[in-house]
Amino acid sequence: MRKYPYTEKKDTRSGFGAGLQQLGQTNPNVVALCADLIGSLKMDAFKAENPDRFFQVGIAEANMIGIAAGLTIGGKIPFTGTFANFSTGRVYDQIRQSVAYSGKNVKICASHAGLTLGEDGATHQILEDIGLMKMLPHMCVINPCDYNQTKAATIAIADYEGPVYLRFGRPVVPNFTPADQKFEIGKAVMLNEGTDVTIIATGHMVWKAIEAGEKLAELGISAEIINIHTIKPLDNEAILKSIAKTKCVVTAEEHQMNGGLGDSVAQLLSRHTPTPQEFVAVNDSFGESGTPDQLMTKYGLDTVNIIEAVNKVIKRK
Amino acid sequence: MADITKLKSLSIQVRRDIVRMVHAVSSGHPGGSLGCTEFLVALYNGVMNHNPKKFTMDGIGEDLFFLSNGHISPVFYSVLARCGYFPVEELKTFRKLNSRLQGHPTTHDHLPGVRIASGSLGQGMSVAIGAALTKKLNKDNSIIYSLHGDGELQEGQIWEAAIYAAANKVDNYIATIDYNGRQIDGNVDDVLSLGNLRAKFEAFGWEVIETEEGNEMAAVLEGFSKAKAFIGKGKPIVNIMKTEMGAGVDFMMGTHKWHGSAPNDDQLQKALDQLVGNEVDY
Ligand SMILES: Cc1ncc(C[n+]2csc(CCOP(=O)(O)OP(=O)(O)O)c2C)c(N)n1
Ligand SMILES: [Mg+2]
Repeated sequence: MRKYPYTEKKDTRSGFGAGLQQLGQTNPNVVALCADLIGSLKMDAFKAENPDRFFQVGIAEANMIGIAAGLTIGGKIPFTGTFANFSTGRVYDQIRQSVAYSGKNVKICASHAGLTLGEDGATHQILEDIGLMKMLPHMCVINPCDYNQTKAATIAIADYEGPVYLRFGRPVVPNFTPADQKFEIGKAVMLNEGTDVTIIATGHMVWKAIEAGEKLAELGISAEIINIHTIKPLDNEAILKSIAKTKCVVTAEEHQMNGGLGDSVAQLLSRHTPTPQEFVAVNDSFGESGTPDQLMTKYGLDTVNIIEAVNKVIKRK
Repeated sequence: MADITKLKSLSIQVRRDIVRMVHAVSSGHPGGSLGCTEFLVALYNGVMNHNPKKFTMDGIGEDLFFLSNGHISPVFYSVLARCGYFPVEELKTFRKLNSRLQGHPTTHDHLPGVRIASGSLGQGMSVAIGAALTKKLNKDNSIIYSLHGDGELQEGQIWEAAIYAAANKVDNYIATIDYNGRQIDGNVDDVLSLGNLRAKFEAFGWEVIETEEGNEMAAVLEGFSKAKAFIGKGKPIVNIMKTEMGAGVDFMMGTHKWHGSAPNDDQLQKALDQLVGNEVDY
């Protein structure tokens, strides 16, 4: 099992803030909007350095999405920032009509996705956002795994023409991917080559997949681990290639089982190579208040859950 | 200054287009379309600085219009075609399979003249504000226009946008309200009254002008010049324009019933008999 040393734990939202700050310095067309959550979204630096290109819209997310759509007309590249719940469910029709159907170059940037926002509870813990966004035709959906990758993704999506949903979170997690990585939209990242099982993870679950891989290696199980930062478009080729070797798969995500990464992988496999699959995801349930770690344990999103799923799926081969 | 006789004559033809388009597919929204005919004819034929022959999405250096009440697509399409955005014959594809003239306007099929999809009500003011902000960032002195139904103002997003535009001095923008007092289920006053609309917009920090006779070309033109006089004065501008749903066709006026129903063959003939002008049908 490949080693992934890291020196620091950092939050992915800070990666977004750093990426946005860099874009502010390098791309004069980038503009940013926020709905009264500048600190939470780490947009302070961009705002301070580019006051003319920053729009505080207040607690009015629908209006924010519409203004962002309008800003593209004339060549701006708007990045909207609010919590994942208010970036998607709250404004689904606005995104659908004014952004996706209208083909507008808006980057919807969403923090505090999933259970790991913790104590605020289920009103804020959206576990359906990947599904909502990936169902929209031509919407690109990205869920990077750590600070460096989120920063790289933020910078990369500015050069991509079309609507993007960029999902990240609140807690600090190991920052293990290279600071100088080239972020390729739609390209899976191979973290460990293995032969017995493929573990496909996204977002915060990528680190847990690495931890699971280490434990599995001790048990004599060779896991191939793939970081899928782009859920749509999915890297079909990388997944099919891996499955051809391992013949079984576990998907892991901080999201509902319905509509998430696992769904996309299952759809791909059922059409090309029907393959035993186990899902590490939230099973048709809302979240609740608690610490991020407690919640990930209670809702079955821990390293042990990945290991259990691997043991189960290998038997189904 | 636009030639009023010409604009009036064009308005008759646009009304013919509207009733023929909705009749041909037994669907669509003639009521609001007929009521907003003078507004759109004037806007695209003298009021706006725009380039129908060379449509670009970004519209740099041009005034831009956003139709927020997308259901009145028939009048929008007819006016766009008749000022040269696309061939007039294409009006006959309205609402048909594989057409660029979708039931509600869309950019999806690249119809020249359309810059945003609309149909789901309440979104266009935000979009227009965004476009107005981009004009400012680009140091482009053009004007942004939008049109909204009065029923549409019941949507909360409109008032989010209204707060924003005033707070941020979006003063290169003129919103117009099709104040016909009607919506699908009946009179706006009965469905959900807007109360004193002028006072509401004033309280929200907007410059308010009123056009009493929104189906009189001279009055509509005067409304535009009154509104334009407030451009660049630190406030967003709203033109509350009284119109008659179904204007120009006697049996379609005085009721909300023609909001979204199409005339049958006899009704079409009756309507066309009242709309006699000098232009030619598509
Ligand atoms: C968000 C949304 N809700 C409901 C509708 C259905 N609808 C279409 S037009 C309309 C009435 C609109 O009234 P108004 O804005 O006054 O337009 P008018 O009937 O005067 O043309 C409704 C309810 C819609 N298109 N969008
Ligand atoms: Mg009305």
